[in-house]
Amino acid sequence: MKTVRRTALCAALAVALLSGAALAKGTLVYCSEGSPEGFQPQFFTTGTTFDAVSVPMFNRLVEFEIGTTNIVPALAQSWTVSPDGKQYTFKLRHGVKFHSNANFKPSRDFNADDVLFSWYRMADENHPFHKFTTGQTYAYFDDMGMKNIVDKVEKVDDYTVRFDLKRPEAPFLADMAMDFASVLSKEYFETMLKKGTPNAADVYPIGTGPFEFVSYQKDAIIRYKAFDQHWRGRPKIDNLVYAITRDATARYAKLKTGECQAMAFPKPADLDEMKKDPQLNVLQKEGLNIGYIAFNVEKKPFDNKLVRQALNYATNKEAILKSVYQGQGQVAKNPIPPTLWSYNDAVKDYPYDPAKAKQLLAQAGFPNGFELELWYLPVTRPYNPDGKRMAELIQADWEKVGVKAKLLTYEWAEYRKRAKGGEHQVIMFGWSGDNGDPDNFFVPLLGCEAVKGGGNNARWCNRQFEDLVIKAAQTPKQADRAKLYEQAQVIVKEEAPWITIAHSVRFDPIRREVKGYKMDATAHHYFNNADIVAP
Amino acid sequence: MFAFVLRRLALLVPTFIGVTLIAFALIHLIPGDPVENISGERGMDPARRARLLHEFGLDRSLPVQYGDYLAHVVRGDLGVSLTTHEPVLSEFATLFPATVELASFALVFAVLLGLPAGMLAALKRNTVADYAVMGVSLTGYSMPIFWWALLLILLFSVQLGWTPVSGRIAVQYDVPAATGFMLVDTLRAGDLAAFRSALSHLVLPMIALGTIPLAVIARMTRSAMLEVLREEYIRAARAKGLSFARVVVVHALRNALIPVITVIGLQVGLLLSGAILTETIFSWPGIGNWLIHGVQSRDYPVVQGGILLVAAIVITVNLIVDLLYGVVNPRIRHA
Repeated sequence: MKTVRRTALCAALAVALLSGAALAKGTLVYCSEGSPEGFQPQFFTTGTTFDAVSVPMFNRLVEFEIGTTNIVPALAQSWTVSPDGKQYTFKLRHGVKFHSNANFKPSRDFNADDVLFSWYRMADENHPFHKFTTGQTYAYFDDMGMKNIVDKVEKVDDYTVRFDLKRPEAPFLADMAMDFASVLSKEYFETMLKKGTPNAADVYPIGTGPFEFVSYQKDAIIRYKAFDQHWRGRPKIDNLVYAITRDATARYAKLKTGECQAMAFPKPADLDEMKKDPQLNVLQKEGLNIGYIAFNVEKKPFDNKLVRQALNYATNKEAILKSVYQGQGQVAKNPIPPTLWSYNDAVKDYPYDPAKAKQLLAQAGFPNGFELELWYLPVTRPYNPDGKRMAELIQADWEKVGVKAKLLTYEWAEYRKRAKGGEHQVIMFGWSGDNGDPDNFFVPLLGCEAVKGGGNNARWCNRQFEDLVIKAAQTPKQADRAKLYEQAQVIVKEEAPWITIAHSVRFDPIRREVKGYKMDATAHHYFNNADIVAP
Repeated sequence: MFAFVLRRLALLVPTFIGVTLIAFALIHLIPGDPVENISGERGMDPARRARLLHEFGLDRSLPVQYGDYLAHVVRGDLGVSLTTHEPVLSEFATLFPATVELASFALVFAVLLGLPAGMLAALKRNTVADYAVMGVSLTGYSMPIFWWALLLILLFSVQLGWTPVSGRIAVQYDVPAATGFMLVDTLRAGDLAAFRSALSHLVLPMIALGTIPLAVIARMTRSAMLEVLREEYIRAARAKGLSFARVVVVHALRNALIPVITVIGLQVGLLLSGAILTETIFSWPGIGNWLIHGVQSRDYPVVQGGILLVAAIVITVNLIVDLLYGVVNPRIRHA
């Protein structure tokens, strides 16, 4: 009797253990850094929301290959561009299924109607769904100025759509791979409207992506399950869970104890310890970013090229890379990182040369130097782990050539606001690329239009440079565009509106048992190909 | 008694107006604005910026904005969050049960340990036990919550593996949120394993949040007890031949409880403000976590509404505490 009971107990225990193991195997828990602002890809602009919405649940006509900024076919199987660069015709993929939920079962596959619906909801103020936003705006669509780029979108047949552009715009394809261009289900929105709850379609997302929405508890957890009918094939894991953990130390602790298998945004200070942990695998990738110092050329003496060049010579970037970036990254000589096509490796950087700096300052009329205000970042950003430290190093460097920098900063939102208003003299800033097109660095950061919006912190508007980048945007062939951008980089170096400091490295710590996870170039977190394999 | 309650209720009106004014002024004093928060490093076309400021109603003068806000509050409308565009009241209602669950456990923890510890210290005055209780409580009182919380996590979760790091329940349990109280919901669902998981997730945040109130209660109990034990009626009770236990519990403790209850009532405010740090570190989806994010994203309606609601709760609890005096000690009557 005793033996029987014991056997039964063992069996029960084994079952319990097995079921526990089975559950753990199919579930990947990602410790994310915050709550999404909502579950709609068109309204929002933060990486946190993209990671939770457009990345797992939606697709675009074209997408970035995970890990690179190469544009690959997605919902569009192929595309052609007219010779004048103003017409993009997309051939759509057949047999793409939408997700379903308790209120909606799709009756048809994805087709051209969904593409037009998704676009015109953003673009056409008279579109029946344009106003159903509960007060949200189509932020990215507006910010990218898409209205000035696209004239109209037409359905050629059920599986062909044509975008007519107002002007040739080579970065257009990269724009279409961005999160805001995710394709929604027209049928779903119409069904919800008929049921009298049009806003529900933006709250309970239906897409074509690898994972289906299951549930969301605000500030706590997002649950997804693998979409069996995903057109690229079902993901390897069964369930994807985002455990929302705002504190970076808590995220790391959860990763260590196995409460999550992957985490977002490690603290730079924890990286050394993480790399030593045999349970963890710290992936790293060159960031699509730039950390820089901008001179406000609208203010004296920074309107003088010699002064800007002198301070370039006076800055020891190698020391900054070592001390601020802990050697993780590389010194920047161009505004774009070397991973981006059209990077001009022939550009010669200003070497660290205080004597030369002094000579240039004297030539500019400042033999005894001068005083300036240097604004430094009040927060850690992906392109700059420690703004204050960087500012102190630069201050010491410039002191040696007689330039006295007063260090100054503001609360982060205030900092940006004042910077965009052009209040600063010399400012530390940076940028992470959205889409891997060089245009996405040159135009928003150094273009003449961007002076108005404040994205151009140097407030530098150079006709020659401007003509080159505009021409590049209107040139269809990538090889031809690259040549133009290469010339543009030569001008930036010579005119020196910036001191290009460094391109940083990003880190994604995951547990050893996670296989197949690849870091993305645009800093998204894709679990499409991830699997959990017991070590 | 009735007049007392009426008087207290009448005081609520100026108190609430003061709270709305302070909350409004504070959040508007913080530099930056919600529109700037949207754009990040990206520049924003001045026309679009102006349009958004107008949509948020932020292009009006501050007194006008405040007047408008107050007019809505009076009608029970706390506005919508500028990030999620959900009504502030419904977000608060969704998240508040989590905070109540955490705060009440922390309070129970503080009272259950603080009262006996304080009594022990008073009865064994100037002994090792007294010094130990007072020393530990002083340490607990001086410990910054975020630091204490991280120490707890590193020891109990990472080193010993006894408790989970953060969150409210292990991810494998997907319990429908019927009441919002995880312990109640898991029991309603009849899932004991989930209940145990929820309980284990409560332990560390409960200790982290309950430590300061525990220290305060222990010290208050000790000094109140010491004072009461010197009273004539205690000597009289002993002289009557009552047992030591009866004298301590019935005669001394009951009288000593009055200041202690006041202090416990005041802890509610402390618990709710402490919850802000505790919830952030333990990823506890309550109103503290929500308010912090509201401040960071300059979500004015969330911060103003959240502060107002929390203030309402603290004021109500304090009123209840005042009324409780009479129950605990019949010698006090509100005239």
